[in-house]
Amino acid sequence: METTDIREADADASMGRVLTRGLALIGTYVRLHPLPFSLAVSGAALYAATTVATSVVFGRITDRVITPAFAEQRDGHGIAGATVITSMLVILGVALLRGIGIVGRRFFAGMFVARTQATLRNRVVEKYQRLPLAYHRGNPTGELLAHAEADVDAATDLLHPLPYGTAVILIILISTVALVATDWVLALVGLTLIPVLAVLNMRFTRRLEPLARAAQDQVGHVSNVAHESFDGALVVKTLGLEDHEARRFDRAAHELRVQRIGMGRVRSIYGPAVDALPGLATIALLALGAWRYSTGAVTTGVLVQFASLFSLLTAPLRVISYLLFDFPRSLVGYARLRRVFEEPVRLPEVTRRDPLPDGPLDVVAHEVSFRYAEAPVLDHVSMRVPAGSTVAVVGATGAGKSTLTQLLVRLADPDAGRIEIGGLDLRLADPDAVRREVAVVFQESFLFATTVRANITLGQAVSDDEVEVAARVAQAHRFITRLPQGYDTVMGERGVTLSGGQRQRIALARALVRRPRVLILDDATSAVDPTVEARILASMRQELDTTLIVVAYRNSTISLADFVVFLADGRVAAVGPHEELLATVAAYENMVRAYERAADADDEAEIEADDIAPLDEVGR
Amino acid sequence: MSPGASGDVVAPEGLDGAPPTDPASPDLPSAPGPAGAIAVLRRGLDAAPEFRVGLRATVLTAVFSAIGRLTVPLLFQQVIDRGFRDGELRVGFLAVMCSIAIAVIGGVWAAQRVVAMRLWRAAENALYGLRGRTFAHIHRLSISVQNEERRGALVSRVTNDVETIAQFLEWGGINWVVSITLMLGTLIVMLIYAWHLTLFALLVLLPLFPIMRFLQRNMVRAYDRVRTNVGDVLTEISESVMGAAVVRAYGLEERTNDRIRTAIGRQYRSQVRANVFSAIVFPTGDMFGSFAVAVVVGAGVWWGPGWDLSAGTVVAMLFLISLFLEPLAELSESFDHTQNAISGFRKILGVLDLPVEVPEPEPGVALAAGALPVVAKGVSFRYGPSGPLVLDDVSIDIPAGHHVAVVGETGSGKTTFAKLLCRLADPVGGKVFVGDTDLRQVAAQSRRDAIRLVPQDGFLFDTTIAENVRFGNPDADDAAVLGAFAELGLDDWLARLPDGLETRVGERGDQLSVGERQLVALVRAQIGSPGLLILDEATSAVDPDTEQAITRALTRLGEGRTTVAIAHRLSTAETADLVVVFDAGRIVEAGTHAELVERNGIYAGLYGSWLGNTRTA
Repeated sequence: METTDIREADADASMGRVLTRGLALIGTYVRLHPLPFSLAVSGAALYAATTVATSVVFGRITDRVITPAFAEQRDGHGIAGATVITSMLVILGVALLRGIGIVGRRFFAGMFVARTQATLRNRVVEKYQRLPLAYHRGNPTGELLAHAEADVDAATDLLHPLPYGTAVILIILISTVALVATDWVLALVGLTLIPVLAVLNMRFTRRLEPLARAAQDQVGHVSNVAHESFDGALVVKTLGLEDHEARRFDRAAHELRVQRIGMGRVRSIYGPAVDALPGLATIALLALGAWRYSTGAVTTGVLVQFASLFSLLTAPLRVISYLLFDFPRSLVGYARLRRVFEEPVRLPEVTRRDPLPDGPLDVVAHEVSFRYAEAPVLDHVSMRVPAGSTVAVVGATGAGKSTLTQLLVRLADPDAGRIEIGGLDLRLADPDAVRREVAVVFQESFLFATTVRANITLGQAVSDDEVEVAARVAQAHRFITRLPQGYDTVMGERGVTLSGGQRQRIALARALVRRPRVLILDDATSAVDPTVEARILASMRQELDTTLIVVAYRNSTISLADFVVFLADGRVAAVGPHEELLATVAAYENMVRAYERAADADDEAEIEADDIAPLDEVGR
Repeated sequence: MSPGASGDVVAPEGLDGAPPTDPASPDLPSAPGPAGAIAVLRRGLDAAPEFRVGLRATVLTAVFSAIGRLTVPLLFQQVIDRGFRDGELRVGFLAVMCSIAIAVIGGVWAAQRVVAMRLWRAAENALYGLRGRTFAHIHRLSISVQNEERRGALVSRVTNDVETIAQFLEWGGINWVVSITLMLGTLIVMLIYAWHLTLFALLVLLPLFPIMRFLQRNMVRAYDRVRTNVGDVLTEISESVMGAAVVRAYGLEERTNDRIRTAIGRQYRSQVRANVFSAIVFPTGDMFGSFAVAVVVGAGVWWGPGWDLSAGTVVAMLFLISLFLEPLAELSESFDHTQNAISGFRKILGVLDLPVEVPEPEPGVALAAGALPVVAKGVSFRYGPSGPLVLDDVSIDIPAGHHVAVVGETGSGKTTFAKLLCRLADPVGGKVFVGDTDLRQVAAQSRRDAIRLVPQDGFLFDTTIAENVRFGNPDADDAAVLGAFAELGLDDWLARLPDGLETRVGERGDQLSVGERQLVALVRAQIGSPGLLILDEATSAVDPDTEQAITRALTRLGEGRTTVAIAHRLSTAETADLVVVFDAGRIVEAGTHAELVERNGIYAGLYGSWLGNTRTA
């Protein structure tokens, strides 16, 4: 998917536009963290200057120390000890500065990248916390994670070669000046070699890059074939398709081999040339230099200086073509991040913090309307749930039940109309009090990767006894005590080893432990065995004095409610006791019967006979 | 298959959801460890003999490139020392030496083009061979290896792990050989030139090696920590995303944000810390090189004349020292690739070493046409050598043409039992007979034709419906495929599809609904006219219309055949000739539906709660 994006980016933007946009992106990052960036660039400059200085030092030492030492073929030393020591110290001093330059460049460059990544990552995650839940539901978890991880990495990839790239450009500039200043004839050799190598490397990269991308796509394809094939292992085995599958995989792997060999061909054309050219240039330099030397124009040291500069230059020149390599990838990555940053936020605003009244709470919706992405989800919905009663909200998928649930606990505010709890407009109520007194349990019972106990308390200070009571009411105590460490068992990711029904019961205990005065179950017992579900509701009524709103599909659940609110297409289509609606409202009857038939195939209500606790165990 | 396929239970040992395996190796086995890199290389060469060709090419490349790089310093020494007589340039000598040098470098250039191409070709051929052989081998492994939890790991063997080797070859492998050859070659030249100075230089460079090793090791450790921290960040973020509803409804936003920020901060700090090492490793070699150069200059000019050295030699030594150290930086860069490649190779060899547990008989017995009787005698099974028994002494006798429903909780062993009936694995104890023949003696083709499994996800391949059905009988033409749809009463459904038989189903069939996939899978079974059908019923909800089509098709598919259905709906059990109840790997009840309800045991309990779930009083 990312690779397609890159191709699109390639198609819609010329290299020039990629360049300007990439530089603009770098500018954005530099403004975020200017200090480590400037330190890295300073390190790069120091490195560049000392690299050229190294070759100058080599040249001078050849002329002033090495040549005189061997020229004066006398008994003693042709040169003063102090000169020798000084030259050694100069070599070491330059090397030390160069080392400092490299360390500074690499360290601060790494810091710059890591800090930029951390900033972007925090921004993405903070944005996630403020986006409406529909956004989380509408995008696969893998994609949301990719934004925070892979996309952030991709978006910052273009920064990695930046400081070294700066150093390379500086080295080329400084050495050009140094060459010309020393001897312009010899400088000509260098001034030919640098652009030739640079062009060669650029062409090399440009030819290799599309091949490398295609090969990367093909790796994805090979992986898809393998995935699909192993996924279908049962079919493959039972139908004896092993050879067929091996041939299919072979085709994909063969295609990859052909592409990789194509890359190898490009490499074997350019690679040896890039290796050979500096050598040839050095030979030319030496031939020219020997002639210049014999005319007295240059010294041996100058030759040494040039040669050592050439050998220092080859590695950086090889890198220069990779400088822009990651630009398209980073631009695509950042574009994906920007989509997250620019996603509109719709969070309820807190204007007042009125306390909720004491005693049992009723729940009232007055002409509530809500749209999501311009589509009306709830349309003038009104209903009244008397304190202490149990109401079932029933409706087909997309009727607006879950949205209504979210509005009732103020995960969002209605566009029009209002919701009152205990007679108080939810918008005026203290949000903390609402969180405390109004609890909701969702169908997807998410468990955190921590202990059962922590999953129930969620950081609240509650005693172990209270946790146990809540678990008993939720019919979860029995199976929890059978877990290896009981309440201290740590859940595997997403609680994978518990059945759906068991997870739902833990999620229920999580709500119950807070002793909420309003409890909303959004299809929260769908995977619980009906007999167990009945026990849960019975003991809840016995233990808690709570107003209960259940969103339900199952007949067995609906029939436990005092009355039913039937939603259709975002409106209240009917209100009344279950039996009465069954008898009088045809649409209601059709829907309930359809679910009944579908439930025939619904294994979510796993059979958990072992977990059914005898009634007397409930509640203590 | 359902999670029950691996026989998992909500039991102490399975908290991470992994199948019971050897506790020491949570993943698939790797080739035994202590043997080390050389042993892996040797066994790798056996596994992918194409690498041998590449090895020769690599050595050639290395030698050529060493020659190429040593030419320039040698030329320098020659010209400085012998190019002048009394300040006069020896033009002839210079011309000869330069020509030789040009010839050598040009020759190396030309040779490298040929050798490098051979090298790439050899490497890619080897990777291709390794990939294909590993893939084919994985398909031959039984389901006790090939289960759902390991699928990702198996895909990694033929993708990521092979890629680590490809990466290594591209960036690391050739480097190693070239670098070491270059260093050795340079060292030899240095020793010939001025062994005294070489010893001085080596003395100075000696501490570099342990220092590099130390830094290297710390760097690897530091990056391990980074990886762990990255994992923590991902875990935190994924919890906040997946649990977003809970986080908000329970007012945990601040707590969640704090945790994520802390994790991201930890990752940042570990990155910066690891970065210290990588920032130091690189210039360390450089520093020592300069130290050696300084010592060579000092010693060279002080004692050089006495040792009969020349100015050219000392200058050449300066170049040779940097030439000697240059590969060191590249070597340290290849280090990571090398480690990854060795561990990748080891994993691949681990898979290739797994024995094929279901050997096919040659030639084997052919099963008779028509409904087949099935007998299991004391069948036991476990996943892996040390796993708990998933099936424990299961015996059953199913007359030809009977319809059997297998019932039980998730993890009771019912799905594993069904898999043994189509020989996806052999029992560790006892025997399975189909058509009065030990299943192990049945010829592979006959077994595939006569016994058909319809998996619950109705897995389809990414091609047309017609092709998918034809996997059940490669000889069937379109008319036969259409006929099979009609026989199961599915012609109406087929007619409603946009392109009929030519409708493409998408990857894994995901263009179709679960129920529709199941329909195609049923037709795929029908077209092969099997005598024994194993049906793993779908657990996911299906819309009412498709549900009716499935029920009708299943009834027709079962006519005149022996069927074993892993029943998730007890309506299947109600109409079966025999109901078998599994619990903890054993058959605990068997009889007709009516008998079992009468008995008032486990089945009666299951049936009661199922009734309550789906039907209202």
